[in-house]
Amino acid sequence: MSLSASILVLLLLSIAAYWYGRRYSLRLVSGDRRRLHSMPRYYGYYVALSTALPGLLMLMVWLFLDQGVIIHLVSAALPEPVRQLPPDELGLYLNDVINLTLGNITSTADDAAMRAAADHYRHLLFISHVALFLVVAGMVIGGGLIALRRIRPDFRSRPRVERLVKWLLIIASSIAILTTVGILLSVLFEAIRFFRIIPITDFLFGLQWSPQMAIREDQVGASGAFGMVPLFAGTLLIALVAMLVAVPVGLLSAIYLAEFAGSRMRAWAKPLLEILAGIPTVVYGFFAALVVAPALRGAGESIGLQVSSESALAAGLVMGIMIIPFVSSLSDDVINAVPQAMRDGSYALGATRAETISRVIIPAALPGIVGGVLLAVSRAIGETMIVVMAAGLTARLTANPLDSVTTITVQIVTLLVGDQEFDSPKTLAAFALGLVLFLATLVLNVLALHVVRKYREEYE
Amino acid sequence: MSKLKAAVKRRDIREAVEKSLEARKRRNRRFRLMGLGAVITGMLLLAVMFASIGSNGYSAFLRTEILLDIDFDPAVIDPDGSRGADVLMQADYTGLVKSSLRNYFPDVKKRKQKRALYRLVSSGAGDQLRDMVMEDPSLIGSSREVWLIADDDLDQYYKHGKGQSRLKEQQIYWVAMLEADGRLRKVFNTTFFIAGDSREPELAGIRGALMGSFFVILITLGLSLPLGVAAAIYLEEFAPRNHWTDLIEVNINNLAAVPSIVFGLLGLAVFINFMGLPRSAPLVGGLVLTLMTLPTIIIASRAALKSVPPSIREAALGMGASRMQTVFQHVLPLAMPGMLTGTIIGMAQALGETAPLLMIGMVAFIADIPTGPLDSATVLPVQIYLWADSPERAFMERTSAAILVLLAFLVTMNLLAIWLRRRFERRW
Repeated sequence: MSLSASILVLLLLSIAAYWYGRRYSLRLVSGDRRRLHSMPRYYGYYVALSTALPGLLMLMVWLFLDQGVIIHLVSAALPEPVRQLPPDELGLYLNDVINLTLGNITSTADDAAMRAAADHYRHLLFISHVALFLVVAGMVIGGGLIALRRIRPDFRSRPRVERLVKWLLIIASSIAILTTVGILLSVLFEAIRFFRIIPITDFLFGLQWSPQMAIREDQVGASGAFGMVPLFAGTLLIALVAMLVAVPVGLLSAIYLAEFAGSRMRAWAKPLLEILAGIPTVVYGFFAALVVAPALRGAGESIGLQVSSESALAAGLVMGIMIIPFVSSLSDDVINAVPQAMRDGSYALGATRAETISRVIIPAALPGIVGGVLLAVSRAIGETMIVVMAAGLTARLTANPLDSVTTITVQIVTLLVGDQEFDSPKTLAAFALGLVLFLATLVLNVLALHVVRKYREEYE
Repeated sequence: MSKLKAAVKRRDIREAVEKSLEARKRRNRRFRLMGLGAVITGMLLLAVMFASIGSNGYSAFLRTEILLDIDFDPAVIDPDGSRGADVLMQADYTGLVKSSLRNYFPDVKKRKQKRALYRLVSSGAGDQLRDMVMEDPSLIGSSREVWLIADDDLDQYYKHGKGQSRLKEQQIYWVAMLEADGRLRKVFNTTFFIAGDSREPELAGIRGALMGSFFVILITLGLSLPLGVAAAIYLEEFAPRNHWTDLIEVNINNLAAVPSIVFGLLGLAVFINFMGLPRSAPLVGGLVLTLMTLPTIIIASRAALKSVPPSIREAALGMGASRMQTVFQHVLPLAMPGMLTGTIIGMAQALGETAPLLMIGMVAFIADIPTGPLDSATVLPVQIYLWADSPERAFMERTSAAILVLLAFLVTMNLLAIWLRRRFERRW
């Protein structure tokens, strides 16, 4: 852990720099603060930031790049026959070289050439670390000294520090955009590589999904079927079951708590329902696989129905339980946003509570409720652990909830968990599915936010 | 219309209303009951879930032990009498256990039967003896009674009876003999909390997963709190209204609703394949969860900043503070409790998250307890997922127990958040 140690050292150095810079500024004016442009601590901040920031940045950039450069140099120095290997075998070879350096077991018998390469690698790594140390130390000392030399009583240290801090804040807030771009690029690139092997129309409209075939017959994508229609259908089936549970229960309990229940019942019932939202999805998955699915199977058998032990019904039911608080808290928000005057008007005309709710409040809150349901659908489509643990693996195009179906997220997990080659269509297919998932939820979210926002404008 | 209205007399209206009133009230009651039913359904589902997990899991906090007379035979442990550490390390302690069992049941002669007999004691019993000897070499040559960990099949039988167990008739007979002699007991299962993962249920523990979770959460907290607070401060206090900040805002709202598994794909493609960070490392898990929890923290922090009244800012600015000083010295301290509440909720979300960590390889069988954020590790929810896949009934028990531990952590964090909100939140 030399990285955390060096960051710690940088941190300690910057504290020292703060302390020294502050004292230095005071000494310049022989203790008379009023002659300084800014408060003494800003001179301290200035020196501390100039000491630590450039060095820290250098450290990050260097560590980000050095592995790649060293690997490149090592592979350039490899003997000719090794360099002629196809890229993935070369990658394996280089991996072995690195393993040898670390003292791990290699996957192939190590030979003299590999040991030489490992020595070369170790040597380069050593050079890189020494160089990094010298450069960072130089930047730290240089930055600190330059900052100290600039300090004069009339040096405007506060505006400078504040400008720098503001830039740091801007960078922090841009991470959200970087994340979105990162998601899009990473998923898109791999998906495009996938579509070079499997035509996009086959992927979007194919009725067969059996990615394992391609691996077994060792043919790149020739016989594996990558049609995502059954996956999408399975996802929608489970989401539909979940919605059938979550929407009535969630909506009715929100209405009850908002319109009928007394304040004391609200005070304890709402947090209790929200506990459901805080339970990790893996717990729901365990509950679905070990309690609900066997129970449903048993119940089905007792009335002569064939229920799969990985039925869409079990996964959907439990997913519905998970989504109840989501639906209820979103509907609670919109129901409470309906102006009290509308209720009062309805009561004044002699309507009962139920009539007020069904003829006034629900129509008024409908856009918001629809928006909430759309968000809940997007949550159901993207939910992973429940379906991984309780739904099936084989893709089947069926509308029978007692049958076993598989979903997009289940397939992403099964394709990517375990050993994988990064270039096989099987692995790339996971990213193509990820792209579909991302786009589907994106559309649902944007739609829902749009509906909700439009509704809110009407009453505020 | 007016003709019709005129025709309806006052009394008719009242009659019509009174006639329908009963039905309308009934409908109102029905609606009310339906609402109450929905609330109760929700609670009931919660209760069923907790009850089934609790009733499955509590027994994993106990383990069964067998009392055996162990003869620390010098001829087996240390034939040369050298007392060298590696000699003691590699001695055949399992043999000691086996010979003790043979002495206790002298009539077991057949090879197959003997094997069944040895299977009553955990394969970790030898390690238990080794640890005793390593700690106190003077034990060698003595003979004493030792409580040894029982095998999971015996453990299940002893806890739950015959229906839950894979023990054979013969083994059940031996267990009955041991029990009659008072040689079986149930004690608090310390292994569960101090051991890493294992293929043997009775030796498996959650320590490794807890340490993995600890490192992941440490990194997530260390990155997402400063970044989230900084982003919120910029967006709420400094950002001009323009396309760039609009774009950031839309992005944050959207990221909050992106499925978590997509963040896992991002981590796999960017952190592991592009940057070359190690697979299965808590560092990568922390980075992925940071990106995932950032929107939550930013949104909560912005709400906290928004709730600080403008008069505070105006007063500070009026006293000649710069905008930066106003924010960092006056607004931020007042908004901090709200921000911390949001952060704790974000951390609770990160602690329970599984799917993105599966993508970055934190799903391997790892018996060693990780010591740093670059070691291969798994986290508590993933450990639950892994154990849930194991067929042994004993693992199901441990899965439930691990869930109970996870839920205990989450409840503590949420209570902390609630306490923080009650204690420090001010209303203006």
